[in-house]
Amino acid sequence: MKKQDLPQDESNLQSANMTEVLYVTDENDNYTTANSIGWDAKKAALEESMELIHERIEEARQNVANHKVSPIIYFMELNKMDFQVLSAYVGMWQWRVKRHGKPKIFKTLNDSVLKKYADTFGISLEELKNFDGK
Amino acid sequence: MKLNFEHHQTAHCENGVASNLLLNKGLKLSEPMIFGIGSGLFFVYLPFLKVNFAPGFSYRPMPGAIFSKAAKRLGIKIKRLKFSNPQEAQKALEKNLNSNIPTGLQVGVFNLTYFPEEYKFHFNAHNLVVYGKENGKFLISDPVMDYTTTLTEAELEKVRYAKGALSPKGHMYYPTYIPEHVNLEEAIRKGIKDTCKNMLAPVPIIGVKAMRWVAKSIPKWAAKKGAKTTNHYLGQLIRMQEEIGTGGGGFRFIYGAFLQEAAVILKNEKLNELSKEITMIGDLWRDFAVDIARVYKNRNLKSDIYNQLSKNMLHIADLEEAFYKKLRKAI
Repeated sequence: MKKQDLPQDESNLQSANMTEVLYVTDENDNYTTANSIGWDAKKAALEESMELIHERIEEARQNVANHKVSPIIYFMELNKMDFQVLSAYVGMWQWRVKRHGKPKIFKTLNDSVLKKYADTFGISLEELKNFDGK
Repeated sequence: MKLNFEHHQTAHCENGVASNLLLNKGLKLSEPMIFGIGSGLFFVYLPFLKVNFAPGFSYRPMPGAIFSKAAKRLGIKIKRLKFSNPQEAQKALEKNLNSNIPTGLQVGVFNLTYFPEEYKFHFNAHNLVVYGKENGKFLISDPVMDYTTTLTEAELEKVRYAKGALSPKGHMYYPTYIPEHVNLEEAIRKGIKDTCKNMLAPVPIIGVKAMRWVAKSIPKWAAKKGAKTTNHYLGQLIRMQEEIGTGGGGFRFIYGAFLQEAAVILKNEKLNELSKEITMIGDLWRDFAVDIARVYKNRNLKSDIYNQLSKNMLHIADLEEAFYKKLRKAI
């Protein structure tokens, strides 16, 4: 890519006051580096991914409100996690974490187990227990 | 304390940390040199490993591989340590700082406070350098950032003990020995040969063959899983291609810069031509990303678009295959 063709599209990098470095060629085809503030193609991919995450969070919230899943599922989605990541953080087998995603099972969990989840999500025990999706 | 450490922003975190750490020890090697000698160009497709609800694609080798390979080929020794206990990990880091050793760390991205929200996901193979501690905060040189930053003890512990795939487990590393005379020519040749071997590997999940597998899968995803899922998979492909610290199209340009430097060192004019060729291929990867982005914007495109994307990617794979074959001969 030529230096003058380097896209300078406004992007989320700005929110962190960042730019990124790319290797580009100058007028004599010699390689050099240049900074870019963003590129629309990449922005589109990131936005698509964020949209999907927001959809999943919203769906989880509704499912908690309708007593289909436990608050663990909502906070898992909120933290962009899946069962694999969450089970690694709380130090429990995936099948156990999946079970804890059921509202009925969730109600039977004691505070020491719930605390592992609350700590992972960075919230208090009460926030975890009382989240009703409404 | 604050160690004497020069922060240089680079395109990719691992080369950047390697290049910055070696410069600190008096060995001046550019980011592309580390990348080329460490055989940073790669492609792997892991259809059954789901990352962020899409199959695993990667344009880079296993985390740590670039620096390890480059170090081995240059005769540099790196010490790598992991700790099961976070307190011990912090103590070891502080001990290093007290002995005037800037130290590389593998970290998770999700809790990196200075990153923009969109970049925070559960990816655990990012790299940065700690070069001091002031007022209870660690001084951080993150090579993809323009400027240096800081992290508190708790924040650093969180990213060093991120969990999930490739969890860092407090992984820290630093060069302990650098030979007085480095045989750059030999190292470059080894790096190039290894890249050609990997990219032309007769295995379906690695290199050019893996690119073809992905390309052929695009219309199949569309037929079986529908447009939404396919678009998400393609988005993952772009993010893996152009994201900070993962790189693909951008990687072709770093490789182009490497071949240009290598042409001078090896006095081999052919490498200059090949540098131009890989630059052109890098441009095509970027065009491919633009085409994918266009699919998002016009949601009601004909199904032919997926066949077209597939064709474009197959075309790139053909060009890359020819490129690596020529490169292998040129060296």
